[in-house]
Parts: sequence; C-alpha cells; structure tokens
Amino acid sequence: MTTQEWKFTAKDMAIKPDLFTSGHRACAGCAPAAVLRLVMKATRGPTIVTQATGCMEIVGSIYPYTSWNLPWLHTAFENAAANAAGIDAAIKIMQKKGKMSKEHIDIIALAGDGGTLDIGLQALSGAVERGHDFLFVLYDNEGYMNTGIQRSSSTPLGASTTTSPAGSVIPGKLETKKPITEIMLAHGMEYVATATPYYWKDLLTKVRKGLEVEGPAFLHVFAPCPRGWRSEPSKSMEYSKLAVESCIFPIWEAVNGIRQLSTPSKILQLAPQKKKPVKAYLEGQGRFRHLFLPKNSHVIDQIQSLTDARWAKLLKQCETATN
Amino acid sequence: MSSKDKTWKELGIAAVCYRPSVGFMTGDWKTYMPIRDLEKCTTCLTCVMLCPEDAIRFRPEHGKIEFDLGFCKGCGICANECPTKAITMKLPEDEE
Ligand code: SF4
Ligand code: SF4
Repeated sequence: MTTQEWKFTAKDMAIKPDLFTSGHRACAGCAPAAVLRLVMKATRGPTIVTQATGCMEIVGSIYPYTSWNLPWLHTAFENAAANAAGIDAAIKIMQKKGKMSKEHIDIIALAGDGGTLDIGLQALSGAVERGHDFLFVLYDNEGYMNTGIQRSSSTPLGASTTTSPAGSVIPGKLETKKPITEIMLAHGMEYVATATPYYWKDLLTKVRKGLEVEGPAFLHVFAPCPRGWRSEPSKSMEYSKLAVESCIFPIWEAVNGIRQLSTPSKILQLAPQKKKPVKAYLEGQGRFRHLFLPKNSHVIDQIQSLTDARWAKLLKQCETATN
Repeated sequence: MSSKDKTWKELGIAAVCYRPSVGFMTGDWKTYMPIRDLEKCTTCLTCVMLCPEDAIRFRPEHGKIEFDLGFCKGCGICANECPTKAITMKLPEDEE
C-alpha cells in the first residue's frame, strides 16, 4: 500500500458525477444511501460493484431501473464476498488469456449488517482468507430493516425491533453487538477501518486506501436508518456524528494490524471532557424510547459502562500500536 | 401465469435492469421542501455531500448550489446539517 494521503476537496467531489445516482427508492433521510453515494465518489478508475441482498440492493435495482452507473452484480444474500472473489478470479484468468486489457479493475462488495455479520460471514471470511483483491464495505444500519425491522447480530443492546420488542418481558435486545471489525482484524487483513458518513472526507479517504490495498480490505460504515430506528429523517447525519462523539462508534483505521484513531475520535482521547454521554445519542431514537422509563434506567447504565469499557480497550489497542 | 409466459427453463440466467433510475422521479414523495437563504449560504457544500439523493448540485460556472426538487425527498438532512442555517424546510403552499 502506498503511504500517499488523498485530498478529497468538497469542490472536486461535489462536481464528480455520482455512480450511485438519483432516482433510487431508499426512504427519505436514508444514511445508507448517502454512504453509497460517498463510497462511489472515492473510486479511482474502472470499478465493478457487487452487492448482497439488502435495502440498498433493492432500492437501486427495482426492475427495469438501475441506480448504478457502472457494472453491478447481485446474486444472493450470503455471497457478496464470494461474488467479489469470482469477479477477481475471472478478471485474472481473462487477462492471462489475453481476452481482456491488463488495466486494473477495482472490485467493491457492498453489504448491510445482515449480509455481513450474519448471512454473509462465511463467504466473507473465505474470500479474505484466500486473499482476493477487493474492498468489502459494510453499511451498518443495525438490523434487517426492509423486511420489517428484525434484529440482527449487529443490533445493539437495548434496541427494540420486531423480533426483540421492548415491553413487559424484555427491555429490547438482550445481547450486545457482534464485534465484526475484531473478527476481520483477526484474519490478519492489511486494511480494516471504521467510518461514518458525517465525517465524509474521512470516509472517502478510507475507501480509497482500501482500494489501494492489493488484497482484501474491510470498511465498517455506520449508517443510521430513520425507518428502523424510529428517528427523524433529518437527524440521520446527526446520529452518525453523535455515535462518534459518545464513543458508541469510534472511528479508526488499522494498517497491517496497527490501529490508529481517526481525528474526530482522537480529539476525544486528547480531550475526554468532550466525550458525550450515551444518553445524548440514545435520546430521540424511537428504538431506545423505552429505556427512558424508570424501570429500564439500568439498561442505559449498562450501555454506558459497556461503551466506556470498549473505548478504554480501544485506546489501549491504539497505544500499543504507537509504542 | 398465462400460457405465453416463459417457464423458468426458458428464462435468461440473469435479469438486467436497463433503464437509468434518473428517469424515476422521487420528488413527489416530499411534504416539506428545502428553501435556501442565498445571503447566508457560504457554499461550503456540506449539504451537497450529505444529501442521500444527489438532489443538491454545485454549479461551478456561477459558484452556487441548486436544488433538484425532482428528486429531493424532503428529508431535511441539508437543513439540519447546514452550518450557517441557510436552509429551512417549508410546506410548498407556504412558499407561494
Ligand atoms: S450547507 Fe448551507 S452553507 Fe453549505 S452549501 Fe449548503 S446551504 Fe450553503
Ligand atoms: S431535503 Fe433531503 S433529499 Fe431534499 S435536498 Fe435536502 S438532503 Fe436532499
């Protein structure tokens, strides 16, 4: 990987034509749709996209319409990474046989949390282990939203979904979020990072770095869903900022396993008084509304202490990296 | 299924979406529409980058941004994120 840093200026990016275009049918205020737009802004040349089943696959390919202004492939829910592996292998053999120009082609696999943490995990693990050259982008809206807001292994503790409904029996989901980036790091990947759309320059830079890697790279992007989170459509970007400011979703990157906080999270390390309580993030999201009842206040405390523990651990992991 | 419909054996191995979605207008989904105060806008382009619909375009020829109400779904993200509060969401009838 080159050490070059890219400067994505607002002016250049604003006039760069979108590859994921208008006319898609995502809900108003959909952060995953904004994430796709931004991810595609960071492409550097010929690119093929393959997508797992999910909200974003459906909204961009409602027959006969397509929102993709580049070669795009969808087959099933579980195999975005297997598709990417197949595309990579196909390009290699066709170039070897002289049936295709030798020009480099970037491959991006896109999947939601269902298509990554649950259904797509084994295909992803396999493709990474085999070392295929692709960037896997997870847009994480923390649930199966287009099928009716069911919980996934990415749904956080305490969130109410139709399969973890808050009521007299349980206060929302009882389990914690699966640590997908730790799983990917354990594969020994050259590039693993987290990002949110609010910090769009950081997101674009990470996409580009992931594409530059010769081999698999993984990017976890936080993507609020107003429909499934029962939140105001206008607040989708605000929540993607609050998640960072409350350390619910710190942003960092790991190059060859060496982890470094990205600026918005780094600021909180240097000035811990700026760290917001998780309440500031949970408030206003309908999926957490029940937590503000007196009988459920212990769940908020639990989320706070879990978040603090994870943050402390992350700071240590970044420390060992710099020493 | 009519007898003229193809069976699964006769269908192609893949479906190809052939029509660009820019031909599918989503602008009529909205209730509120974004109205911008030209005096306040500093052309920082935050709204252009964060709109999920690519419904705000930057026109470098005159250094201004323009809304494409044919696609804007009225989500209000642009109004919420504009650092100078140059955008407000209004009902179309209030504008007239
Ligand atoms: S975010 Fe506000 S100030 Fe920036 S370009 Fe948009 S309207 Fe203008
Ligand atoms: S209201 Fe939403 S869809 Fe419309 S221009 Fe603003 S951000 Fe884009």
